[in-house]
Amino acid sequence: MFNVKQIRHDFPMLNTKMQNHPLVFLDNASTTFKPLSVVNAINQYYLHETSNSHRGDYDLCFHADQMLDKTRQVVADFIRADKNEIVFTSGASMSLNLVALGYAVNHLKKNDEILLTEAEHASNVLPWYKVSKLTGAKIRFIKLDKVGRLTLVNVKKAITSRTKIIAIAHVSNVLGYLSPMKEICQLAHQHKIIVACDGAQSVPHRPTNVKDLGVDFLSFSGHKMCGPTGIGILYGRYELLKQTDPVISGGGMNVDFDANTNVEYLDPPTRFEAGTLNLAGIYGLKASIEYLNKIGMKNIEQYEKELRAYAIRELKKINDIIIYNETAESGIITINKKQVFAQDEATFLNSQGIAVRSGQHCAKILNVFLKTPATLRISLYFYNTKQEIDTLIKALKKGDYLDAYFN
Amino acid sequence: MPISINNEMMRQIIMDHYQNPLHKKTPKKGYVSIHSKSENCIDDINVYLKLEKGIVKDCLWDGTACTISTASTDIMCELVINKNEKEARYIIDQYFKMIHEEKFDEEVLGEAIAFINTSKQAARIKCATIGFKALEDILNHKHGK
Ligand SMILES: Cc1ncc(COP(=O)(O)O)c(C=O)c1O
Repeated sequence: MFNVKQIRHDFPMLNTKMQNHPLVFLDNASTTFKPLSVVNAINQYYLHETSNSHRGDYDLCFHADQMLDKTRQVVADFIRADKNEIVFTSGASMSLNLVALGYAVNHLKKNDEILLTEAEHASNVLPWYKVSKLTGAKIRFIKLDKVGRLTLVNVKKAITSRTKIIAIAHVSNVLGYLSPMKEICQLAHQHKIIVACDGAQSVPHRPTNVKDLGVDFLSFSGHKMCGPTGIGILYGRYELLKQTDPVISGGGMNVDFDANTNVEYLDPPTRFEAGTLNLAGIYGLKASIEYLNKIGMKNIEQYEKELRAYAIRELKKINDIIIYNETAESGIITINKKQVFAQDEATFLNSQGIAVRSGQHCAKILNVFLKTPATLRISLYFYNTKQEIDTLIKALKKGDYLDAYFN
Repeated sequence: MPISINNEMMRQIIMDHYQNPLHKKTPKKGYVSIHSKSENCIDDINVYLKLEKGIVKDCLWDGTACTISTASTDIMCELVINKNEKEARYIIDQYFKMIHEEKFDEEVLGEAIAFINTSKQAARIKCATIGFKALEDILNHKHGK
């Protein structure tokens, strides 16, 4: 059974204080805390199992290779993919860049169209700008509906005979809406369009089945799912990975090369893993997925949903709070306090030990749409509690944000 | 710590300059300007300086800014107007010293003393210094640095 009290014992960071208050961490869309098992796994690599992978004839190396292989399998099972469709990257940003610069640059031409939304994270916008520059393909934005949600109808309207790629988040990091990904993929595939999905905010919070969703690529980061920083995943359908250029080349990804610049690359996924991998990160990622599996992604999804509903109910009782995404499915709640700049309120919350994110959350374009220069983002994870929401609510009700400086 | 004014007064100073900034205006001509934008706050401001014979004849600013950056930039304008360049630089230096909890000359900071507690909220140091940094950049730039 899901027992949040017990779960909290697994996370040393939850005992931290901030500004002399017990820390209330509500910035989980930014990064997440690590259970002790993840930290121990990283230490295991550094304290007892340090060696490089693919690089030696001794036991330690063999062991590292095995861990690499096992982790790839654990990741594959976690998102229902095949092991050779899992590429280790440094994080979602690198994964998204690999799709853009490794795949798209080599498949798009002048006047082809790439569809994005205005709610994408910078890491799912800027690589596409580069693709556009390099290939002459055009960027188009799919219209969001009145509340900022991506709908199938609007995707349909945006598709033309020139659309080649749709690059969109499964869950948006600003407004937290869940995109109808399965339906979008079905529609896209009828038009031979590739769907590159940004899963940074979805994979950590709900069960993921890439085959059922039908996504062609899926990018996500370890650190947003209780894993270490500096490790992430690119999933790609195997045929597509085969047509993807490695972008970064070097040791560990080639079969053979000669002095006449001939080179033969390894097959995916190792083709994309030049140089020494973040092995400690890989040990940690494995432990984090095992931890999430133990709790159960369905349970996590369900618990966050309940916690969100509770938070929304309580927030609505405060008169001067504006909620921008009441109907979103995820644990992301975007608000403002009337007459108070988001940053000022965030500073006040900091003084009360509460961590939330203020600002533009990397989706700078969205401000044009939300019509506010900045927002406060509360983002939940399964170790948050109703008591923590109560603490937040109490702080939001307090009048004067300048107290942060003068009390 | 200087105790010439109390917390309530400091708070009032910040709120006054936030609600009614005196120097938040976009000038027409005759000003050198600089644009400054923060990555982690909404602050996105221009600072305008009018120097005549080494004297700050006017200092203005415009743009989008939070309470802390609005009030601090506005107070900065107030402080440097009619000062010579050397005095203006001295004020900027003393302000940075105060923000970073070093010994500083309280005499020249006037209402800017209201920001003495900024280091309590370290994430906001950038907001409290964005205007001062911009002005410093204008002054340095002017000398072809
Ligand atoms: C939707 C989305 N995509 C991509 C990223 C980039 O992730 P990372 O910084 O781990 O590369 C983030 C991180 O905030 C995100 O929220």
